[in-house]
Amino acid sequence: MTGLSQPNTPESDTVQLAKVWTSMRNLFGLFMTSLTGLFAVIAVIPLAAIIINVAAQGLPLINFDLFTKLPPPPGLSGGGLGNAIVGTLIVLAIAVVISVPIGVLGAVWLSEFGRGTKIAYWVRFSANVLSGVPAIIAGLFSYTIIVMTMGSFSAFAGGVALAVVMLPIVMRTAEEGLVLVPEDVRLAAFGLGATRFEVVSRVVLPAALPSIATAVTLAVARAGGEAAPLLFTALNNNFWSTDLFRPIATLSVQVYFFAIIPYKPQQDLAWAGALVLLAIILFVSITSRVLTRKRVY
Amino acid sequence: MTLLDTEPIAIEAKKNARYYLDQAFYYTTLIFALTIAVALGWIILQIGITAFPAIEKFGLGFLTSTTWDPVRNIYGVLPQIYGTIVSALIALLVAVPLGLGIAVFLSEDFLPTFVSIPIAFAIELLAAIPSVVIGLWGIFVLIPFLRPFYGFLYTYLGWIPLFGSSPRGNSILTLGLVLAFMILPLITSISRGTLVSLPPHLRQGAMALGATRWETILRVLIPAGFSGIVGSVMLALGRAMGETMAAAMLVGNANRINISLLEPGSTIASLIASQFGEAGREQVSALLYAGLVLMILTLMVNILAEIIIQKFQNVER
Repeated sequence: MTGLSQPNTPESDTVQLAKVWTSMRNLFGLFMTSLTGLFAVIAVIPLAAIIINVAAQGLPLINFDLFTKLPPPPGLSGGGLGNAIVGTLIVLAIAVVISVPIGVLGAVWLSEFGRGTKIAYWVRFSANVLSGVPAIIAGLFSYTIIVMTMGSFSAFAGGVALAVVMLPIVMRTAEEGLVLVPEDVRLAAFGLGATRFEVVSRVVLPAALPSIATAVTLAVARAGGEAAPLLFTALNNNFWSTDLFRPIATLSVQVYFFAIIPYKPQQDLAWAGALVLLAIILFVSITSRVLTRKRVY
Repeated sequence: MTLLDTEPIAIEAKKNARYYLDQAFYYTTLIFALTIAVALGWIILQIGITAFPAIEKFGLGFLTSTTWDPVRNIYGVLPQIYGTIVSALIALLVAVPLGLGIAVFLSEDFLPTFVSIPIAFAIELLAAIPSVVIGLWGIFVLIPFLRPFYGFLYTYLGWIPLFGSSPRGNSILTLGLVLAFMILPLITSISRGTLVSLPPHLRQGAMALGATRWETILRVLIPAGFSGIVGSVMLALGRAMGETMAAAMLVGNANRINISLLEPGSTIASLIASQFGEAGREQVSALLYAGLVLMILTLMVNILAEIIIQKFQNVER
């Protein structure tokens, strides 16, 4: 590679203007282009491999029982993950109920009232830092405030742990969407004599609805796959449970326990569970992507 | 004139129900916005308080002791700190060149957008795959696939202490490689955002001086976007250190420090995940202490990343 600063050699009387493909500079560029192109291909390989492997291992095991039956005792085959699927939905619902109102209304303050203030800076800073906190720490937090005080592992504790994971994602994504609503729309509503509450609830929030849906789906996709915060909050349960204050099974935790068990039928269930989980999460992620593209403004 | 006799119209807001609803709404949103800052502080405080018995008993010796003995209630996390840092460093070593290369490749118009956008989307989808699914795949597909390569490393490079043990599947190296692919989307998307947001005159200026495309990228664009790239790498480091399920499933959970990367090890997160379920009271306190150490490590890295990225954005404007 020759430098930019290298002067032309004074001996050369004719200047070569045509691009010489075999010059070191061009060969280097060609090499770097192919190398980074190769990198892009390498990066897509694990994604493809995971999806293909999980589908190949899991698809033959998808049947009606998988969604309706309880898991079998260790070593025995048959059964399904019905309780874990229901449990995942319950825990996620608790997390959504806690994190979405706080996240969306917090985002309203950031985008409507707090723009440019010191408080908004620190709230945003905390949200970014909190989203970098490992999910397992959210589990420990929920353990100390709920499991230790109530004396038992529970679906509720799992929901609180996932809410901590979801909150920064909901708040930051919703804020990004709210900021995109044009200022004119707000001014027009204020000009008609609306209060701040009326402007936000009747004009800004409906306009930003697709972005808020994106925020919620992104957070659900992230939290739905988390097993670490649930290991010692929701724990696990081999039976049907819809009691919010009892331990509950979830898909991700079930996949973890069945993956490290030395029995073939359980490992098969782990693959089937992984496929269901992956299908749900890819569906939700792609949905949120499509929602983002259809911005009203 | 009747018009002059009318009362003046009150322009200021009347303190009626509408006014109070509006005030209540404002303060509700403010309180919810502050919740996130409060939550961050509360998490640190709460874990610190619960870990306090262990902090009092083991002090800073917890960080330098290699014993983890639930039977005698003696705890130390040096092997876990070592495993956390080494596996995260392996991940960075693989993911930084890969992610940065892809970021350049996708941002510098080498490809038409109908090709580059699906590739960028595919790499982002990689981030959406649950880590427990990646762990399952790692156990049953990746480890059998890697075993011949590990055998090769041991046979021909075994004289280097890093590869100096007969290979097992579950090892620090396996975890490092898996973590590399888990943090790749983060590095790619943030570095790409940084490169795309650089002012166009930088590129035009370099090209006008006769630089080739790659000379522009390596000598102008990457130095100009350096802090954004460093920020993305720091965020990725934080993510790699805190990753739990893949670690618990792939690292082998061996409570030892081994120079050889082909040996099983342990990380702070994998320790907590694998032991918390059956832990007694003192062990729970020790595990929370370990969690506090992990929290402090990742907080430092994340806060630094935030500051670097914000500094960079301010320069841009």
